[in-house]
Amino acid sequence: MALIPVAREALASRPPHPSIEALKGAFGDAILHWEWVAGDEPVVFVVPGKIRAILQWLKESPEQAYNFLSDVTAVDYGGERPLQVVYQLFSIPNRQHLRVKAELPLDGLSIDSVVPLWQAANWLEREVWDLFGIRFEGHPDLRRILMPENYAEGHPLRKDFPLRGRFSRAEQTRRALAQAPEDHYVPGEVRPGREPQLVPWQELG
Amino acid sequence: MSKRTLELEVTRTPELGTDFRPAQGLMAPTLLPEPDLDSENMLINIGPQHPATHGVLRLLLELEGETVVRCVPHIGYLHSSFEKLGEYRDWNQVIPLTDRMDYLAPLIYNCAYAMAVEKMMGIEVTERCKVTRVICMELDRVFSHLLWLGTWAIDVGAFTPFLYAFQEREKVYTLHEAFTGARITTSATRIGGMMADLPEGWTEGVRTFCHGVIKTLDEIEFLLSTNGIHLGRTQGVGVISAEDAVNYGFSGPNLRASGVPYDVRKDRPYYDYETYDFDVPIGEHGDCYDRYMVRVEEIRQSVRILHQALDRLPDGPMNVDDPRIILPSKTDLMSDMESMIHHFKLVMEGVKAPPGESYMAVEGSKGELGMYVVSDGGSKPVRWRVRPPSFVNLSVIPKLVEGGLLADVIMVNASLDIVLGEIDR
Repeated sequence: MALIPVAREALASRPPHPSIEALKGAFGDAILHWEWVAGDEPVVFVVPGKIRAILQWLKESPEQAYNFLSDVTAVDYGGERPLQVVYQLFSIPNRQHLRVKAELPLDGLSIDSVVPLWQAANWLEREVWDLFGIRFEGHPDLRRILMPENYAEGHPLRKDFPLRGRFSRAEQTRRALAQAPEDHYVPGEVRPGREPQLVPWQELG
Repeated sequence: MSKRTLELEVTRTPELGTDFRPAQGLMAPTLLPEPDLDSENMLINIGPQHPATHGVLRLLLELEGETVVRCVPHIGYLHSSFEKLGEYRDWNQVIPLTDRMDYLAPLIYNCAYAMAVEKMMGIEVTERCKVTRVICMELDRVFSHLLWLGTWAIDVGAFTPFLYAFQEREKVYTLHEAFTGARITTSATRIGGMMADLPEGWTEGVRTFCHGVIKTLDEIEFLLSTNGIHLGRTQGVGVISAEDAVNYGFSGPNLRASGVPYDVRKDRPYYDYETYDFDVPIGEHGDCYDRYMVRVEEIRQSVRILHQALDRLPDGPMNVDDPRIILPSKTDLMSDMESMIHHFKLVMEGVKAPPGESYMAVEGSKGELGMYVVSDGGSKPVRWRVRPPSFVNLSVIPKLVEGGLLADVIMVNASLDIVLGEIDR
């Protein structure tokens, strides 16, 4: 059978990734656990409070040199489980890939931004904020990006968000028709760094 | 960059005083304060409906004279929530969503998604399927770069290369249609294989296309590469250094134009790309012209890969031999009880993936295309994330255009090769 040739035991006996060993040496308890997934992909879980220090060390330490941030995203497993923030790192000099995850409880969806390290994180973190509602502390311009700025139904990629939205179709139509074009063309829009819209959707309903 | 504003010599008329203020009179009430025109910057919107934004992109520009002092891109007009939709579909049903993202290179997206799911499930596809997917991906790289070349030429003011490029693209559409039945929304892959085997004569069609596209490319290069207007509009425009390009997350031809030799096909090889003989073109200035040169050269390299892949395309089965993944043949279904059960379970429940996750990066036509799939053991994804190359590439545009001229915004935007369907998803 072609399915699942990579047995769990084989994954468990695989030697640990060199970067993970070095991370354990440098950060100790902040590195929670690690595993191999899909054969050759290393995943390391870290304490969310230390995320910027850990990623900075991975980026700047000369033997690690994870200088390319491929992706920042989040995973919601549903059922009140914590949300995972996922960082895909790649080291162009060493040709190494590393996935760093930090788990955030649903009542504390906030983590340090990595925009000071990689400008690539700017839009990626805005997207995670927009679709999952995770605050990135220290982000220079944390606004919604894919959904409109005055979107009031919440964060669509969360598992508790219904596929067709929280509002009824009539309410969605009413809101769409009531939009003022001026909202989208005000000069204040070009002033970055203004406060993102933090009104919870329940209060706006 | 120097400010190139047009300054008009204002003729002094006797009605105006020496300080340019109108003389006292009925027509000129002095009670109104004179607006301070010099200090006010102009705001303009490019898009969302503008041919040079290549889709529904809105760039809000603050201008001082003709110089761009601030650029704020607005996206999301095409947002269709594909990633959310994917969580309500089983693994195979996601495939039609993938080619609607980047409709300029649909086969690359089909293949990348199937590869990610197969990697997570631990499926090794057949040799024939591997080579077929390499052909599909390289064919669509040429396909996408040709569209980019044509629209780029239009943006620079040349119309002829557009017609040449689209004539060649039409041949790829025909090849798509012959293989998959659709011209754009190909949905060609399945978990564990392809939707069908290659039709008869298809490989010869690809071979003929490969010979033709090189000739057309020579003609287009003859029109553009040393053209004075083209050079003037593109050289030294939208420059980004190698260090910044990596920091800002550039990937694909945009990154390589800045001199960073990062190509997923070479650095994280998949599908035996390390055994194909091809070069990775690198620019050195990181400007619009280098991005043009890198893409033109990439078409030639892709044609080289296509010839090698066509040479080594083996016979044999296209799909893996596993009834839990691949539908049985129609004959078996009608005559064999076991096949009928497999067919029923596959259609009703879908392919089941074991719990796990995988991030599969391939070299898309726009840059590093990552597919991140997470499964909890069910027949639907818990999370299906696309790392969109154009999304990250577009986020760099404020850095590239601020301080430049308004006219250069169009060139910089064209040089990034974005597709809004994938940015907004």
